[in-house]
This record gives sequence, C-alpha cells and structure tokens, in this order.
Amino acid sequence: MQKDKNLVLRVEDIHKKYGKEEILKGISFEIEKGQTKVIIGPSGSGKSTLLRCINQLTILDKGKIWLENEEVTQTKKNINRFRQKMGMVFQDFNLFDHLTALKNVEIGLVRVKKIDKKEAKEKAIEELRQVGLEKQADLYPAQLSGGQKQRVSIARALAMDPKVMLFDEPTSALDPELIGEVLEVIKKLALSGMTMVVVTHEMGFARSVANEIIFMEGGRIIDQGIPYKLFTDPDHERTRQFLCKITELYGKSEEEK
Amino acid sequence: MNENLALIYQSLPYLLKGCAITIGLVGGALGLGFIIGIPMSVGQVYGNKYLSALISLYVWFFRGLPVLVLLFLFYFGLFSFLGLNLPAFTAAILVLGLRSAAYQSQIFRGSIQSLGEGQMLAARSLGMKKSEAILYIILPQALRISIPGWSNEYAILLKDSAITYAIGVMEILTRANFIATRTYKPMPMFLTCAVIFIILTYGGVKILDLLENKVSIPGYGERRSEF
Repeated sequence: MQKDKNLVLRVEDIHKKYGKEEILKGISFEIEKGQTKVIIGPSGSGKSTLLRCINQLTILDKGKIWLENEEVTQTKKNINRFRQKMGMVFQDFNLFDHLTALKNVEIGLVRVKKIDKKEAKEKAIEELRQVGLEKQADLYPAQLSGGQKQRVSIARALAMDPKVMLFDEPTSALDPELIGEVLEVIKKLALSGMTMVVVTHEMGFARSVANEIIFMEGGRIIDQGIPYKLFTDPDHERTRQFLCKITELYGKSEEEK
Repeated sequence: MNENLALIYQSLPYLLKGCAITIGLVGGALGLGFIIGIPMSVGQVYGNKYLSALISLYVWFFRGLPVLVLLFLFYFGLFSFLGLNLPAFTAAILVLGLRSAAYQSQIFRGSIQSLGEGQMLAARSLGMKKSEAILYIILPQALRISIPGWSNEYAILLKDSAITYAIGVMEILTRANFIATRTYKPMPMFLTCAVIFIILTYGGVKILDLLENKVSIPGYGERRSEF
C-alpha cells in the first residue's frame, strides 16, 4: 500500500459470488480520512454485500481490503480486531433487544475492549448524549421509536472509536417523519470529520454530505464523482436515468426546493 | 372412610420421602438435560455439518424410543455391560437427563433460530468472537423465549419420572404401590400419589411462570395479547 497517511480505507478488486450469481464483479475505491462516500444504486446492485465484505461479515472470493496500513483480508485470525475499528449501522438497527439503550452502547466496550465498567458507562452515556438520547438510556429497544433505535445503534458503533463508519441504508426502515433525526446525526458526524461509507437512497442527503458519490449497478461501479458532477453532467446515460427516477421519488435536495 | 384417612395420614411421611426422591430425580434430570441441551442447540445452529448431523442423530435416538425401553436398555443393558454398578436412582437421572437433553436442545434451538440473523451480525460487527456473541447476545435472549417450552418439559418429565418405578427407584408411585399391595387399599394410596403429582406439577409451572415474568424484557413479548 502506498504511504499515503490520509488513506483510511482501500478496497481493491472485490469479487463475491452467491452460488452461480456474481454479486460483486470487481469493486475498487479508496477513502481518505474525513471523507464521506455515498454509494447509490438500484436494489440488488450489491451495495449491502459490498459493505459486509468490507468488515468481513461476508467473506469475499477475491480482492483485497486495507484499513489504514494493514491488510484486512490477509489475517483471518485478527478479523475481530479490524471489525472493532469499522463501525457498522444496519438498515433494521439490530439493537440487542434484551439490553437497555445504555447497555447496548456499553457492551462492546465491556466485552470486546475490556474497559472497566465504570469508565465504559461514562463513555456510553457520552455517546448517547452525542445522538441526543441520554434521557432514554434506561429504555429497552422495544420502548424506542425507529429513529431513536437507529440513533442508539449509531452510538453503539461510535463507542468503539472506529476509524471508519459503514452505514447500510440507515433510514430505509424508518417512517418518513423519523428520517430527519437520523440524517441529522449522520450529517453532524460527517462534519466532525468521521470517515464514512454510506449506502442510501436519500439523494438530498447524498448531495449535501458526500465528498463523492459512487453509482453501482449489477455488481460494478458505473460512475463516480463529486455530487454536483453526477447530478448535473454524469458520464453515463444510465446514471442520469437512475438519478432522475430516484429524485422524482424521494424529492429534490434542499438547494433545489 | 376414617380408616382410609388414617392410612393416608400414617403413610404420608413415607410417601413424602418418595416425593423428595422424585424432586431430586426430576431436578437432576432437568439439570443434566439443560447442561447438555444448551451446547447441543448451539452446536446444531452454529456448528459445522458433521457436528450438526451428530447432534441430530442423538436427538433422533432419544426421541425415538419409549422412555421405558430407554430405562431398561441402559439400566439392565448398557450400564451392566460396562460393569457400572449404578444405583437405580443414579441410572434413572442419567437416562431421563440424557433424554431430556434431546428435547431441551430442540426447545433452545427453536428459540435461537427465532432471533433473526441480525443479532449475531451486529455482535460480530462490534468485534465480538462468535463464542462471545453466543454467550452475551444470543443465549440471554434465547433462554428467555425458551421458558414456556421448558415449563412444558418440566411437567412432562415430572410425570415421566413415575416410570422409574419399573427399575425400582423409591419414588412416589413405588412407595404408594408398596403400601397399596400390603394393605389392599389401592384407591386411597394412588389418590394420594395423584394429588402429590398434581401439586408438584402446578407448583413447578407456577415458579417458572414467575421467572418468565421476572426476566421478561420491558415492552417486549407481553404475556397477553390484546387481540
């Protein structure tokens, strides 16, 4: 890997097959520190699989992944060490249902990082405060709204002090009214300098937060570039079609309103 | 009538000793079944296909035979063959426990599989090992869901324990039968025996109900549906 100190994540020629169907057909990209990459594309284009390959929740068939200066894909034994450094937020939250919001955030610190309980609790409360939920610390997931659940899950990932955050359609399972509060938290995170990969259909959000947008279809990257370029003058006709459709569906960005 | 009551009264201490033996037997077998059943369920869900097949074979064997056949097979067959001179009580705990493990493993397996893949994914994404995820995330939830099924297993095992009469375990039925044949008064004796079993069943299920309520997750799985 080149000695670019700013490079946080590098994905090189990833291939993944499920049975005979090739889901990813050679994906490569890299992210510098503090950058936000937004991945868009139709369903089944391999976006979620790509995210899961990055932190090895799905084992890839071919390709390499680097986190800072270490190759993630080389050392299967240490995968748990790498996963700690890659925060993941799921579409359907996946909060631990038997634990309070506070314990959800705490458990990674206590069980994985082996931080002492008192210190872990303080950090967990601080993380919940960051997402505006310190008052809900003692509530269980079933007592929270969808937006609150997702904010807890963001806090849970952030508590591990990740180098990069991976968001897998974080607002797709939410009521329209609750999407805003979650996007707000993610936006704040982007501004604070967190490095992020976000899979989303929220085009307004993509335009305002992304340093670069990647358009995926059929397991390949069709187009990538800064939001303005992609939205106004994409290299490929297919990108324009997709963006037109999705913008119609999800509304225009704030500037256009 | 008074004669019958007097007989019941006189035999009660003797029968209650049998009650203690039944409780020991059921407690021991449930405990053994729990200790073996948990790893079995985990192995069946998360293990490789060979381990999973081995566990299925075990379950198939112990669920496929009548409990009396199992008792005879092990007590008069295997244990004697191995030269183990086990007391009937110990042999009964082993056989009922091994059998209960087969049933309990399926209760736990069902609960684990009802949780959904997301819980494991989220745990692994935090950097937990598979074993840690099972211990801290999967089992605490699966065990809660298992309580109603487990309560069933308790009630069934308790009543099945009477069959150890056949290998001479001095439990409630054996003792009731002993007095009945000596006094020629089967009715009062077996009625008393029945009442003791009903109390034990009710009491145990009640305790498990209380446990279920105590560990239930707030806002989740309310016991009574409004629909």
